[in-house]
Amino acid sequence: MTTLLDREYSFFHKSLNMWSRLILLLAAVIVAAAVFFPLWKLHLIAPQYADGLDMQIYAYKIEGGGLNGNDLDEINLLNHYIGMKSIEQADFSEMQILPFMFGVFFLLAMRAAVFGEMKAVVDLFMVASYFGVFSIGAFYYRLYSYGHNLDPTAPMPTEPFTPLIFGTQKIANFTQSSYPELGTYLLWVFMALLLAAIWFSRRAKVSGL
Amino acid sequence: MKMIPKSLMTLAGVGACAAFLAGCGKPSSGSGSAGADAEITKNAVASYVPPGEKDEYYLFYSGGHSGQVFVAGIPSMRHITTIPVFSPYPGMGYGFDEKTKKLLGDYTWGDVHHPGLSQTKGDYDGRWLFVNDNANNRVARIDLRDFKTKEILGPIPNSMGNHGSSFVTENTEYILVATRFSVPLPKGTVADLEDYESKFNGMVSGIKVDPESGKMSVGWQILTPPFDWDLGSTGKGPSSGWAFWTSYNTEMAHDQLETNASQLDRDLAAVVNWRAAEQAVKDGKATEMNGVPILDPAKVPGVLYYVGIAKSPHGMDVDPTGEWIVAGGKLQPTTTVLNFAKIQKAIADEDFEGEFRGVPILNHDSVVEGEVPVGLGPLHTQYDGLGNAYTSLFIDSQVAKWKMPPWTDAEKKDLNSVVLDKIPVHYSIGHLVVAGSDTMHPYGKWLVAMNKLSKGRHLSVGPSQPEDSELIDITGQKMRTVYESFTEPEPHFAQILKADAIKPIEVYPKAENTDPNAIWTAEEAGQVRKGNEVVAKMTAIRSRFVPDRLEAKVGDTLTVHITNIEQSSDMIHGFGLVENNMNVVLDPGETRTLKVKLTKPGVYPYYCTNFCSALHQEMQGYLVVRNADAVIPDDEPVNPASLEAVPDTNAVDGEPAVPATSMPEVPKS
Repeated sequence: MTTLLDREYSFFHKSLNMWSRLILLLAAVIVAAAVFFPLWKLHLIAPQYADGLDMQIYAYKIEGGGLNGNDLDEINLLNHYIGMKSIEQADFSEMQILPFMFGVFFLLAMRAAVFGEMKAVVDLFMVASYFGVFSIGAFYYRLYSYGHNLDPTAPMPTEPFTPLIFGTQKIANFTQSSYPELGTYLLWVFMALLLAAIWFSRRAKVSGL
Repeated sequence: MKMIPKSLMTLAGVGACAAFLAGCGKPSSGSGSAGADAEITKNAVASYVPPGEKDEYYLFYSGGHSGQVFVAGIPSMRHITTIPVFSPYPGMGYGFDEKTKKLLGDYTWGDVHHPGLSQTKGDYDGRWLFVNDNANNRVARIDLRDFKTKEILGPIPNSMGNHGSSFVTENTEYILVATRFSVPLPKGTVADLEDYESKFNGMVSGIKVDPESGKMSVGWQILTPPFDWDLGSTGKGPSSGWAFWTSYNTEMAHDQLETNASQLDRDLAAVVNWRAAEQAVKDGKATEMNGVPILDPAKVPGVLYYVGIAKSPHGMDVDPTGEWIVAGGKLQPTTTVLNFAKIQKAIADEDFEGEFRGVPILNHDSVVEGEVPVGLGPLHTQYDGLGNAYTSLFIDSQVAKWKMPPWTDAEKKDLNSVVLDKIPVHYSIGHLVVAGSDTMHPYGKWLVAMNKLSKGRHLSVGPSQPEDSELIDITGQKMRTVYESFTEPEPHFAQILKADAIKPIEVYPKAENTDPNAIWTAEEAGQVRKGNEVVAKMTAIRSRFVPDRLEAKVGDTLTVHITNIEQSSDMIHGFGLVENNMNVVLDPGETRTLKVKLTKPGVYPYYCTNFCSALHQEMQGYLVVRNADAVIPDDEPVNPASLEAVPDTNAVDGEPAVPATSMPEVPKS
């Protein structure tokens, strides 16, 4: 038992080799870059909208597709018929936090690369994982809220529903699909790089010994 | 959905066509040969544009005395839209709102004859389409960014019967105009028709076009004898800076023109050096009439020359090289081909056969390359850019294809030999258009014959007969008619533009809306009153007007500024006010202003006239017009700041106003 705890202790106190540190630098750049790319995309297709209506979610903004971003206004306009609350960027308080968090991950990845400590990487991986799961949960709750707080006096009463977070479904005349975009893929790459940094230094020396 | 390859779709379409045509195309023949069926199938395929696919070219054809311009696609010949120009068009709310009412002025019709696309370096630049009004002496400019009439110039001073236009110069410096009618000038002068020769005058006008904005103004005019100028065209390449018109009344007859204007074997055509005219005006050689600089060609040599053309000719068309000018003989079965290099030489050598009122007449035989026996009633000539000319034959009801010069000696000896092909058209063709013929680089490929008589080629629609347009494939040695369509009265000339030459907008961007009365939120909407003026600002969006209630009384003038706050393609709203003769139509992002004088008490619904959405029927509101003595209580405007911001709303502090959403209780009157 002591041996196991010792091994655990020494694992977390391993110093990172050059490969791991370089990988962490790359991870830092990638997580910083993720701020600038859309994280998720909702796409709606109907007979009258052959090209579809797009809504892209960034860490810091919501952007409609189409000419001058008009798709978002169009989606809101259509949603008002079923009494759905208008999707406004100002209502997304997490958009204040998300870019800040990406910045924090950037700094923590740099810190781990510079300090060269295994435990710093593991901490970062754990925090980032928690953050990811929480964000998905919060996103789901957002969609749930939009779909379940429908104005009962709306012209077209609709059964409450939750827009899909991942996949494709049919809502009235629309086919809605929702998929991650480049920003999210970058975050996954970031996570994978953290794991890679851990893997490459799994047999490294314990620091300070 | 799995996409079906386009080639397969096309094949399927062709199959359906073939089956349909084989079954129904020739009900009377009974024994349609395989060759005839193959020909029908081939033609059907050539003009077939499957649902969802788009045409390759725009066809802009004049609507004649309908006052409009029609837009169709080639090769399908499908009518796509109508551009209202000189006549009200309720379908687009044209002539109902203040802006378009002002554009129309005092007239409710015009006679559109010859559309001309703007050009840069002798090719279409896709910016504007100019059209003339034969009736009221006007020229209009349509912007091809949004297919809307932007400007109507006229009536042009000192100019009567704007038929010989609108001919666009190589770089859209000018729209050139020549008068069909002559009157005593300045207009308004009265003279006896017996004094027609001495007291009546025609005019050639240069309508200047601002190269940036397109705004038109009358640049200068050249005074002419009362000849009845007919059609013309502008030079290009070597003939750059020149323009040419035929005339059909060198006799200067003023009555029974049918006979009296058909006496001479040749009428004088005008050869105009418009660049010299422009320069002469700059040099101060003009006198002024009605604010327009006028040149007297007898006193300003080099601006105008004449050449005799047989007989009572009609069209006069410069070819794409700018070297040849072809005039249609109308009453003589030939086209006269003029050689521009020879015209230049005759002018330089002063090789004249006489003069008329101080203007030299070029020696006919020195400048004419030949008279081509194309057939009876030649009117207009178009070019494919491959050395072929196509002339409409009104009397023969045919199109003749013939070879342009230079000709061999053998060909010159018998010009019958340059006539290559003829094809019947149905019936009595006027103009014809080859794609891009009046540019330096024609597209060729298609010819549209615009026939004046359809005479039962269509399902009978009673005595008022439509016109007939036939699409002719000119890619082969032999011309081939592939399609026939019918149009409302009455296409004269047309222009064909490659579809990818323009990229029209489909929504007016909010950022570009400079109307001071535009509003973009329901919160800004409402009405204010000052004296007998009630001014409302209104938004239109699927599926409501805000406000949906307007309050006024008899004797008021109601002004409504409506903004369609949509930014989605085809989300068009109309504002129809019942029993008040008002229908304004708003494209996405557009603001329009309507004014109504209220004369009858009552409640007048207003509603969306342009079907917009599932709840289009619900898009309605009410105008309450109380008796003249009704007291409408004071109320704060919903958003006084926004309503007072614009001077012409006349909003004044303390004036009664009615909010958009909650109406006050109003005592019954």
